[in-house]
Amino acid sequence: MKLTVWTYEGPPHVGAMRVATAMRGLHYVLHAPQGDTYADLLFTMIERRDHRPPVSYTTFQARDLGSDTATLFKTSCQDAVERFDPQAIIVGASCTAELIQDDPAGLAETMGLSIPVIPLELPSYQRKENFGADETFYQIVKHLARPQDRTARVTCNILGPTALGFRHRDDVEELTGLLSDLGVNVNVVAPLGATPDDISRLPAAHFNVLLSPETGETAARWLEKNHDQPHTKIVPIGVGATRDFIAEVGDIIQKPLLIDESRLRMPWWSRSVDSTYLTGKRVFLFGDGTHVAAHARIARDEMGFEVVGIGCYNREMARPIRALAKDYGVEALITDDYLEVEAAIEALSPEMILGTQMERHIGKRLGIPCAVISAPVHVQDYPARYSPQVGFEGANVIFDTLIHPLVMGLEEHLLTMFRDDFEFHDAAGPSHHGGHSPLMDQDASGGSFSAKMKDEPLPDNVVWLSDAERELKKIPFFVRGKARRNTETFALEKGLQEISLNTLYEAKAHYAR
Amino acid sequence: MNAPMPPTNGGCRNAPVLKERGQREVFCGLTGIIWLHRKMQDAFFLVVGSRTCAHLLQSAAGVMIFAEPRFGTAILEESDLAGLADAHDELDREVARLLERRPDIRQLFLVGSCPSEVIKIDLARAAERLSQVHAPHVRVLNYSGSGIETTFTQGEDACLASMVPVLKDTTARELLVVGALPDVVEDQMMSLLDDLGVGPVRLLPARRIDETTAVGSNTVFALTQPFLGDTHAALERRGARHIAAPFPFGDEGTTAWLRAVATEFGVSEATFEAVTAAPRARARKAITQASEALRGKSVFFFPDSQLEIPLARFLTRECGMTAVEVGSPYIHDALHGPDLDLLPAGPQISEGQDVDKQLARARAARPDLTVCGLGLANPLEAEGLSTKWAIELVFTPVHFYEQAGDLAGLFSRPLRRKSVLQLEAAE
Repeated sequence: MKLTVWTYEGPPHVGAMRVATAMRGLHYVLHAPQGDTYADLLFTMIERRDHRPPVSYTTFQARDLGSDTATLFKTSCQDAVERFDPQAIIVGASCTAELIQDDPAGLAETMGLSIPVIPLELPSYQRKENFGADETFYQIVKHLARPQDRTARVTCNILGPTALGFRHRDDVEELTGLLSDLGVNVNVVAPLGATPDDISRLPAAHFNVLLSPETGETAARWLEKNHDQPHTKIVPIGVGATRDFIAEVGDIIQKPLLIDESRLRMPWWSRSVDSTYLTGKRVFLFGDGTHVAAHARIARDEMGFEVVGIGCYNREMARPIRALAKDYGVEALITDDYLEVEAAIEALSPEMILGTQMERHIGKRLGIPCAVISAPVHVQDYPARYSPQVGFEGANVIFDTLIHPLVMGLEEHLLTMFRDDFEFHDAAGPSHHGGHSPLMDQDASGGSFSAKMKDEPLPDNVVWLSDAERELKKIPFFVRGKARRNTETFALEKGLQEISLNTLYEAKAHYAR
Repeated sequence: MNAPMPPTNGGCRNAPVLKERGQREVFCGLTGIIWLHRKMQDAFFLVVGSRTCAHLLQSAAGVMIFAEPRFGTAILEESDLAGLADAHDELDREVARLLERRPDIRQLFLVGSCPSEVIKIDLARAAERLSQVHAPHVRVLNYSGSGIETTFTQGEDACLASMVPVLKDTTARELLVVGALPDVVEDQMMSLLDDLGVGPVRLLPARRIDETTAVGSNTVFALTQPFLGDTHAALERRGARHIAAPFPFGDEGTTAWLRAVATEFGVSEATFEAVTAAPRARARKAITQASEALRGKSVFFFPDSQLEIPLARFLTRECGMTAVEVGSPYIHDALHGPDLDLLPAGPQISEGQDVDKQLARARAARPDLTVCGLGLANPLEAEGLSTKWAIELVFTPVHFYEQAGDLAGLFSRPLRRKSVLQLEAAE
């Protein structure tokens, strides 16, 4: 048993729903109690989908448990096939139905349906959403892909984009364009937008582009093994990664590839002098493994930030993220416990967080700007505008995303110089964010786990003298937390009992870079 | 006298009810935690459940808010499923850790879920044990918010019902008002009752554990929410008597509700008029303005919160709408009867759900406004129907006179929006 406040991932059947909802002509019959229908709103509200997810829930109740939940499942199956006329169905159980052991797979098999029935075994008490999506897509591919000749022209499939994915809609479009510029046509995109018939045509492509390893890797490996289709290992998020990806595609199709980079603005935006203020900004990264790995490279090599912490919530990516962290000289944080992430961020006091909607919340509480780079995300992270992450346009979009939460370069100086101006004071936050005001020590709920942890008194009774404390308040909000922490650490190291004005400035000199 | 006139064509109390069983597109009772944990400021809600439960709470709440919560989920893992003795030890450990970190917590609710019910973790026993361990500082109660037993707002019902047996005894003649209301609405209601000279008035749920809510054979109680069937039964078991009334939505519902209470407490007609005349006039004026877009329009209710019948009464009688179908997850005559009496005959009354069949009826009827859950709203909008998400009706202050106009506004906004947007491509 583990106490959880917020979760990064839903249960595995929600992963299966992400695949089913992404596809067309597929239906998911889910043995589940009525409350589980909440999952529809993830798609209709958060992602603003205009169709119900293609899911039939059996919605069994307590009174059904003694009698015949198996018949209920079969009726739901029959009704779904008649009503929605799918090309194939996937069947499975949610956490509660797993406990009553009705065996949806076996039941569906005995029904003699004329369409393929793909059973899912998704252990709800061990695994999570990304596993559910990856496993579901793999089962669908394994059941439906047929041996066939390769297309005459060089083609590839794009594997991994799902419903509720982070920018998958636009990534597919950008990637398709990029591949087309490279002379490679896309055979099938799956699961997003694919029908079961399309899945059967996957082996016609010459290779696979793995856009989302979290949700497509098992299928990609299976296709490599059974249909001799190599797949790309680099996800083209960022300037360097996109160039490497192009080289990787060139290796696969054994052709040197040249590409027009005229649409790529990011490198100049980053080199231009206004971006100088980005240099060495201390950033903390947390999210799914793929996006964190890509953004670590962008942060360090393309934005000039200093990466002070790296982590991911999906254990499946623990190994590569640990290796990456080592490369960056930091400790990897592999956890799905939101409170642990919050504690790590507080301890590191970064100047910026690249994270998920959870880290945005943490950043709001701690007064640290946050850019969202990974699922899970909120309704405002499904933008109407075109905003891919992959390819050259993706790199442009990411540059904008990463600088938007920050105070602009000259503004930083002005805030320091005129901090008492009644309109232009630091508590007002970045001037391009209307109504924004970081709340360092307030919490609308009147209490929280983390607030408890934060209020712990300083060890060894270090006291801030009033002149030092007044001076601290003059330091702009976006560096105040770091200044406080640095000074306290410095005082502790020096064995000081009191922090005076001098201590503050000695610490500043000590940490100057 | 301003008693509401029953409809000339007869009401709906004896109308045939279409009872359906099929796929139900509703939340489970855990959802109630989203507003209950804000209402009871010293309470923590600990769901004993699965990752799905945690995800539901996050998603149901996350659509609207993302704040630090006073609720959490003790997620069952593979090892907990193996042996039940372990599950109790684990629960004790998690509760001890939680209470240590949160000394401000005075009431802890252990909330049962689908998995905890199916594997039969005895949370009543756990609550008893933990109460002994953590008394007197913390009181531990339990209820089920599981989706195999409860629908959406029934979670609040189960929570309040779990509190009834531990309420102090009283022999005083008191009015107990039952149902979680937004604080601002509760204050308005208390002031109206005070002006009427009705009292003492106690509240369930109280904002804090130390408040003096008690119950006994001289207690009379009024419900402010139409989904409190179990709480109603539990209070009657304690000897309290229910004041049956339409629910306090709109001018007419609020007046009828207050009048039932006033009659019970012998308030004079003159006092009643003096107290209610001004807010009634304001409510009527506000409704008239806000309901302009609703007059002559049709409305279709999918079952969601059990608020459907009182709201259909409000929309048909005070906003000039016609109800096509009024679906409710459950219909409880003692609670919904007074509103059904006033709802003009005509609409199909339905209980339970088979969502695809009901969607087919809605598509055939093409109502001007469809009241439905979050999972259905955007898909129906995409089909050209205007919708109002039902969950907003539970989260927004809508009761009593001063909110009557806002309530009408919640329904008219989707229609007004449709009329102001000029987004269709030229022919």
